Amino acid sequence: MSNLPVLFVILPLGFGFLYILLARRRPFVSEMGSVAVTLTLFMLSLILIGAGYFDGQQVIRSFNLNMGGWALPMGINIYLDSLTVLMLIIVNMISFTVILYSVNYMKKYSSRSYFYALILFMLAGMNGILLTGDLFNLYVFLELASVSSYILVSFGVEAEELEAAFKYLVMGAIASALILLGVIIIYLVSGTLNIAYAAQFIQEYGMNRALYFAFSLLLMGFSLKAALIPFHAWLPDAHPSAPAPISAMLSGVVIKVLGVYALLRVGFNLFDLGNDPYFLNLLLVVGGISLIIGVLLALYQWDIKRLFAYHSISQMGYVVMAIGLGTGLGMVAGLFHLFNHAVFKSLLFLNSGALETATGTRSLKKMGGLARKMPVTAVTSMIGSLSISGIPPFNGFWSKLMIIFAAVLAGQPFYALLAVIGSVLTLASFMKVQRYAFWDKCRLDKKIYESDLTAPIFMRVSMLILAVFCIFLSFLILPGIYRLILSPASLDLLQGAAGYIGGVGL
Amino acid sequence: MSPIVQTVTRWINSFIFIFGLYVMLYGHVTPGGGFPGGVIIACSFILITLAAGKEFTFRLFSLKQASVVDSLSILLFLIIGFLGMVFGNYFFANFLPPGEAFRLQSGGTIVFSNVVIGFKVSAAIFAMFLYLSLFRLEEGAGEE
Amino acid sequence: MIYGLCLLLFLIGFYGVVVKRNLIKIIMGLIVMEYAVHLFIVLVSYQRGGIVPILEEGQKIGEFVGLAVDPLPQVLVLTAIVINFGITALVVALAVRLYEKYGTFDVGEIRRLRG
Repeated sequence: MSNLPVLFVILPLGFGFLYILLARRRPFVSEMGSVAVTLTLFMLSLILIGAGYFDGQQVIRSFNLNMGGWALPMGINIYLDSLTVLMLIIVNMISFTVILYSVNYMKKYSSRSYFYALILFMLAGMNGILLTGDLFNLYVFLELASVSSYILVSFGVEAEELEAAFKYLVMGAIASALILLGVIIIYLVSGTLNIAYAAQFIQEYGMNRALYFAFSLLLMGFSLKAALIPFHAWLPDAHPSAPAPISAMLSGVVIKVLGVYALLRVGFNLFDLGNDPYFLNLLLVVGGISLIIGVLLALYQWDIKRLFAYHSISQMGYVVMAIGLGTGLGMVAGLFHLFNHAVFKSLLFLNSGALETATGTRSLKKMGGLARKMPVTAVTSMIGSLSISGIPPFNGFWSKLMIIFAAVLAGQPFYALLAVIGSVLTLASFMKVQRYAFWDKCRLDKKIYESDLTAPIFMRVSMLILAVFCIFLSFLILPGIYRLILSPASLDLLQGAAGYIGGVGL
Repeated sequence: MSPIVQTVTRWINSFIFIFGLYVMLYGHVTPGGGFPGGVIIACSFILITLAAGKEFTFRLFSLKQASVVDSLSILLFLIIGFLGMVFGNYFFANFLPPGEAFRLQSGGTIVFSNVVIGFKVSAAIFAMFLYLSLFRLEEGAGEE
Repeated sequence: MIYGLCLLLFLIGFYGVVVKRNLIKIIMGLIVMEYAVHLFIVLVSYQRGGIVPILEEGQKIGEFVGLAVDPLPQVLVLTAIVINFGITALVVALAVRLYEKYGTFDVGEIRRLRG
């Protein structure tokens, strides 16, 4: 048990290199191996829910592991709390379904073993970001995940994909340089790279100008990775250009882990800005702007994946805005929406991949009438669309409702109004998707329409799994489960630096 | 390449290689370590490629072999970590006796980690160099 | 003061990335930016009259600890160089592939995706 969290990084990393070594000409082995590895990791992350103890109100999880047995200021530690557990469940669940989906979807590409190796490296990087308790280690894992994602975006080596990957890479490299600079300034001031020790330093000596500068650099870097609105230029190119499973991965988890999670960890647990009105207002404003502009830009898109990509910006705006409210309810609502968004956005991107495989186009103007030909895709896409636009009884409804309530209760009715407007516009744009892709008269080539369009078995299975999760995630707000997963995770952020330092055990 | 480059390469290349091995092996007691040693070894291969051409190097150390060494050494690195978990309860625990200071075996598992990282780095850098130089060949062929 | 010069170098690299229209110049800007960060990391560990942080045979431990510079930034810069080396190799490969597809390094002509 004590070494269990390490497996989240080692297993994908080791298996990825094993495929390159052994199964380069046998993609079947790497397909089945990747499905097995990610399923194992998903099960392990579910086991982690059982870790921790119940203190009468909620579950307390704090688990610290010093790598190599080195005592803390010297070594690197792995720190696992409820927020980490929540994020681990999200990441490993999505990557399991995505890899199951790519078993069929990736058939048309060559050198598939490299694809699975890269996607496992990306998974290892993200799990590492979630687990590590060391700032520089966070940077290294962040680079592991980003470099893999750059290569995966350009995996098809077509002109558009290369162009998008280049844009993504330049923006990502700027973000990484900013993050590294911020980390080093923290080291210069506090003399330590460990998050808990640096947090303790800040608690003792307070913030100074250099630390604020470092924080602004980190804020810029992580916002670039999260594609919040002033920094969003790369996302609508990079996410649609990648193969559909990678789009699902990028929109579903990568921007959350690399951007939002790291931002929250640094902002709330390291710099302890949970009560700082400037920081919270900044999150509110950036979130609100992202929410509205993202959805407005999405409205007039005809490329189905580009439309979904703009909605990712908008939905991340919801998450950041809810967390920027600074109240307990807002925090829970933000994290809940983050979980929900990972599920339904991955589902929608997988649907778009199924549509693209069947019809050979991504333009909504050229589809239509596909509901009869692709029943599973149509039903799951309907569920995903209803979830993202916040229609009961799907999960998106509950989290959006919580966000609106939280905004009203926190005395910010303007932001509640923004959330409602964003939700309505989202519904409008997804009605357009549903109508043009599935219900309208067919604008496809007769020959394509007559042929067998149903998605292959694994694609259908993974879409169905995500659709079922869209319904069942609503149960997360039932009191018993709420106290098990969501509420302790929000508490980890609310307690700020003190909770983190106590958890690591200084 | 000119005969001067070829002759000089023939003379000094083995020294460069051995120096790379030295930097790798003594990384824990002197300046150096896995990465610098690996870069030096990769440089010796790149020097051969520049002096004697690609065909000669491919017979020595082909792209496929480089890829195999690359993956194999990272797996060995993870295995060292796992052995630490088995014998020392922590991932990457240093389970070997520390030994006498300033000697080769004074670092426990660090020596093995350094060597493995060195091979990984040398294979990876050499492969990168070859891939980038192969690009140019294909492109030139396309233009003619 | 000297940290300010690092920042200046960083901004020069940033200028190159943002303003230049040639892919190779953008890549050079990225490299300058990364090197500015590396320079900064090394400068963090600078200390006047410091010695190499490697214990030699016969050296007194107390004296060594007092004089030796901080070894951690040097480790960090090595790691950062490795990572940026990988990124640079990747971005150069991408640029070569882009040149194969478009026949130009000009960003203005590589605009198949609308913003």
